Amino acid sequence: MTSAEIAVDIEGVIKRYGSFTALHGVSLGICENEFFTLLGPSGCGKTTLLRCIAGFEEVSGGTIRLKGEDITGLPPHKRPVNTVFQQYALFPHMTVAENVMFGMLRSGWSKSDAAQRANQVLEMVQLGGYAARKPAQLSGGQQQRVALARALAPRPAVLLLDEPLSALDLKLRQAVRVELKSLQRETGIAFIFVTHDQEEALTMSDRIAVMSDGEVQQIGSPPEIYESPVNRFVADFIGETNLLDVDVHAVSDGMATLSLPGGHGFSCPAAAVRGAGKGHLSVRPERIALCPAGSGDLDATVTGRVYLGTDIQLHVRLTDDEAMTVRLQNSETTIVPEEGAAVGLKLEVGAARLLAD
Amino acid sequence: MAAGATTSGGTVSNIYKGNSAKLMLPAWAMVGFFLLAPVMMMVVYSFLTKEFRGGVIWDFTLAAYDQFFFDRGLFGDEPPSIEWTYIGIFWRSIWQAGVATIACLLIGFPTAWFIATRRPSTRSAWLFMITIPYWVNLLIRTVSMKFLIRDTGPLNEFLLWTGTVSEPLGLINTNFAVQLGLFYSYLPFMVLPIYAAVERYDFSLSEAAADLYSSIWTTLWLVILPVVKPGIVAGCILVFVPSLGAFLAPDLLGGAKTFMIGSLIEEQFKGSAGNWPFGAAASTILLSIVMAVLLIYARNQNKGSER
Repeated sequence: MTSAEIAVDIEGVIKRYGSFTALHGVSLGICENEFFTLLGPSGCGKTTLLRCIAGFEEVSGGTIRLKGEDITGLPPHKRPVNTVFQQYALFPHMTVAENVMFGMLRSGWSKSDAAQRANQVLEMVQLGGYAARKPAQLSGGQQQRVALARALAPRPAVLLLDEPLSALDLKLRQAVRVELKSLQRETGIAFIFVTHDQEEALTMSDRIAVMSDGEVQQIGSPPEIYESPVNRFVADFIGETNLLDVDVHAVSDGMATLSLPGGHGFSCPAAAVRGAGKGHLSVRPERIALCPAGSGDLDATVTGRVYLGTDIQLHVRLTDDEAMTVRLQNSETTIVPEEGAAVGLKLEVGAARLLAD
Repeated sequence: MAAGATTSGGTVSNIYKGNSAKLMLPAWAMVGFFLLAPVMMMVVYSFLTKEFRGGVIWDFTLAAYDQFFFDRGLFGDEPPSIEWTYIGIFWRSIWQAGVATIACLLIGFPTAWFIATRRPSTRSAWLFMITIPYWVNLLIRTVSMKFLIRDTGPLNEFLLWTGTVSEPLGLINTNFAVQLGLFYSYLPFMVLPIYAAVERYDFSLSEAAADLYSSIWTTLWLVILPVVKPGIVAGCILVFVPSLGAFLAPDLLGGAKTFMIGSLIEEQFKGSAGNWPFGAAASTILLSIVMAVLLIYARNQNKGSER
């Protein structure tokens, strides 16, 4: 990756509020034309980082470069980045068209160019006929599109999105996800998207940075993050997972040999080099197959069944009393064991992973 | 079901439907006794003939209005000419009240902004401090202001003592003194409505404006002021209207040169020298001006929101 391809380069950014440190030296590179997501639970620093890029927060240390140019000290109105706010922050006294033209007129566009561009962007977000309305006359979904159009109109170098879908209902949210992704392809600029919703992150992103406690835990594509989590936090936060206490015998060449609860030997990829001892094995519930008791890697008793529509969730208890969940696809051929039945569990070798902790 | 129920006005209106006339009664009584009756009385009195020791004789006449607008009298033998004395007093009052309103706005807006942007726990303390002086009677406060700014008062003594000025500033009995008095009397009426508007202001709008290449001053002009405008307008009305009819500040701080409507009207009802119909006529004219201004404003507002 050459530096010309990097849209935003974040280097060791620290943010302190009094004695509280919100960001502990975060470093990231966001590429041109990339849908990049900052994912993490509330309070992890993802929004703070976004606000540092926008310029609403002054960093306590580190540098932020936009296309190679240092913008760390610039106020927000001098940064060629635009933000889509969580609650949209549309100007209530202006029409949709005036809202969309606001940024362009402030940055030196002529009135006719701005009007033309506003029409174009409003068409792009399918709000062509709404230019003369006031924000209060629009539905939540429409307001969200106006916010998007307003931020895209001045052709920013990077678009920042602060949980823009959180105020929409589920059905709308799913539709907008697809639209956002295609809009990003269409405009060809980098989107930096903040969310706490892992499903949103997995479906839209080219790359995801998982954050917690003001630090980046892992950066990678959605499959990498989901299938090869580097630590317990990432494995636990992204999707459902089973964390098993295991005895590690050795780790070499990225493969670990270990014994599972119940004593069966097992070998699988390891997230980091480490020595022998206790460890955590992450296994996704949908990557476990059922087999007759005694013939699998683990022996368990079924303690409950939950019908989820597309899937059936099976709660099981291992011989050492550890609880696990298994997901079975709901199809005609699936045989769902009764509560109390003894079953064997077969782990897919590639899908289990020894975590670094 | 009654016909009215089909227009979906919400359930609340339906629950109390049968009782609405009875429930309105106290409100109508209040409006009738305390608003309509006195105003009607004022208008009627302005068309009556004056009694010499105060009061009125029930004879219809336009004499009061004639005295207000015309010098030699509209109904005399000679051609009438405009009487400028009272129109001048009105004009001066509007000017004084306008200056006081603008001064209140210039000081009140930053004050309200400051209070509304403090932490919620300290806001009420600030508001409390703004209102404390207003627990004291307006007369006492205006007299205090007079003592403060007169030639031998503490302000001038201090300035003389420090050598900033070589002789007293001569503030008392000037237009400025009246404006200062009005400003001081009505400042909270500007601060409180603006505070209420700024407190509701969504500061992410300012961030959005900054994000869209707008400097602090452009944001103030294009986003903040338009959004909190209802509070500003309410504050201006609440300061301008009582300033226009004020008589304490012009009387105590202004002296004879700065006679205002309030004092003119007060004089007509005080003692035996008064002229009740003339005072009522001046009040009616004042009320008409204020109503006209408010109506024009309200109509413009409606046009704006219909867009």
